[in-house]
Amino acid sequence: MSEMQTAMKSKEPLFSKKNKKLITDPLSDNNPITIQVLGICSALAITVQTQQAIIMFVSVLFVMVMGNLTISVMRSLIPSRIRIIVQLVVVASLVIIVDQTLKAFQPDIAEKLSVFVGLIITNCIIMGRFEAFAMANKPWPSIMDAVGNAVGYGWILIAVSLVREVFGSGAISIPGAGQMKFIPEAWLMTGEGGFYLHNNMMILPPMALVVVGVIIWVQRMRNKALIEDH
Amino acid sequence: MAVNKESNSYTFLFSIAMVVLVGSLLTFISLALKPFQNKNDADKKKMDILAAIGVEEVTRTNAAGLYQQHVIGSKVLTYDGRDTLIIDSVKDATGKVITDTLTAFEIDVKKDFRDKKLANSDKYYPLFIAKNAGGDTTFHVIPMVGKGLWGPIWGYIALLDDNITIAGASFDHKSETPGLGAEIKEAFFESPWKDKKIFTDNGRFVSVRVKKGGGSGDHEVNAITGGTITSNGVDEMAKRTLGIYRNYLRPKP
Repeated sequence: MSEMQTAMKSKEPLFSKKNKKLITDPLSDNNPITIQVLGICSALAITVQTQQAIIMFVSVLFVMVMGNLTISVMRSLIPSRIRIIVQLVVVASLVIIVDQTLKAFQPDIAEKLSVFVGLIITNCIIMGRFEAFAMANKPWPSIMDAVGNAVGYGWILIAVSLVREVFGSGAISIPGAGQMKFIPEAWLMTGEGGFYLHNNMMILPPMALVVVGVIIWVQRMRNKALIEDH
Repeated sequence: MAVNKESNSYTFLFSIAMVVLVGSLLTFISLALKPFQNKNDADKKKMDILAAIGVEEVTRTNAAGLYQQHVIGSKVLTYDGRDTLIIDSVKDATGKVITDTLTAFEIDVKKDFRDKKLANSDKYYPLFIAKNAGGDTTFHVIPMVGKGLWGPIWGYIALLDDNITIAGASFDHKSETPGLGAEIKEAFFESPWKDKKIFTDNGRFVSVRVKKGGGSGDHEVNAITGGTITSNGVDEMAKRTLGIYRNYLRPKP
């Protein structure tokens, strides 16, 4: 009886506290963008429209989960001297798969994301998770970790793009449905009449940095433990 | 059997196996997806051509059908404006296109433009002949490629059958700045091209210039504020391309 209990205990449930923490931690207290400040390049570049941010998030989620899983499964086979190269090959091939699939089935969005899908390869978050987590953990926790970090990255991306698209273009866009403008044409200060002007600065990359900065500010205001001592 | 993972031979074997595996996987995926991607590219091209002649509500799904309906033929021209006489659409007695081998359609003007070794005089110039929905107006649609600020820009200009007046234009770009140069594909930039003339009244070729600070008259359109380099790119592209097609549109006596 007691033997059975120990056997059951040694098999960790799929959503144990520890595993859940792997998902929830990167959402806020250990967010890859706002806390670790990784993956900033793409956060600045593709957050002009929400649909781009959503597709980017899904792409990163796919690359991250498949990559973490692959690396974790192979972790005892990978020669340590070439492990970074192996990680690079894994992430590069996954990104090529995503890029080609987007070009085949979501051509309009692939056009907009253009070079940034390719740049998922250099997204520091992914290589960081491969090296720091998947190389040392079992496949299931690695998947959890990948989901957590990708969602942590994704929600910041979507939040930033919402702000930028609403104020920059007066619209919201969803993949498949396209862009929906909600500011009536008559309000716009084009030609005669109108009183409203889109904030063109929101469309430029520096504003993404400002929006991310505001998120970091709010986050540290709510959780004082995140503030570093100097 | 204990394998020394740190030995050179293991590292080599691992690398070789990895490269072969990944290589074949990617080749397979690329080959499997190629037909879809080619179809997307062709659809996009058809959408652009249809946009230039003013067909509305063209989507990726109905582009092919509408293209069949509107584009009644095409020509492949040489640099000096001669028709290469490639017969690329076979029509039955009523004028309906039976087969369209799309020779002109398959000319990749973007690739030709990138090819620095290929002289302008050695390139072939596709021309599409299209009809409007009513069938009472014929257009000549001219594809063009040029340079923007960050990458290629391209477009199609449709001329009425007087070969002088522009019936419509559509532009697109690869990576121009959103909100600035990228606006060349918006209606406010494209629609003023309509009714502009590329020849003066006494027959001199002037193209349509993209002018900073407000274009006026028959031969100018307004440039985009903050998108100067892209606007200049459109200007150069139109002048150069129409300048080549003029040999066909209005041969010198």
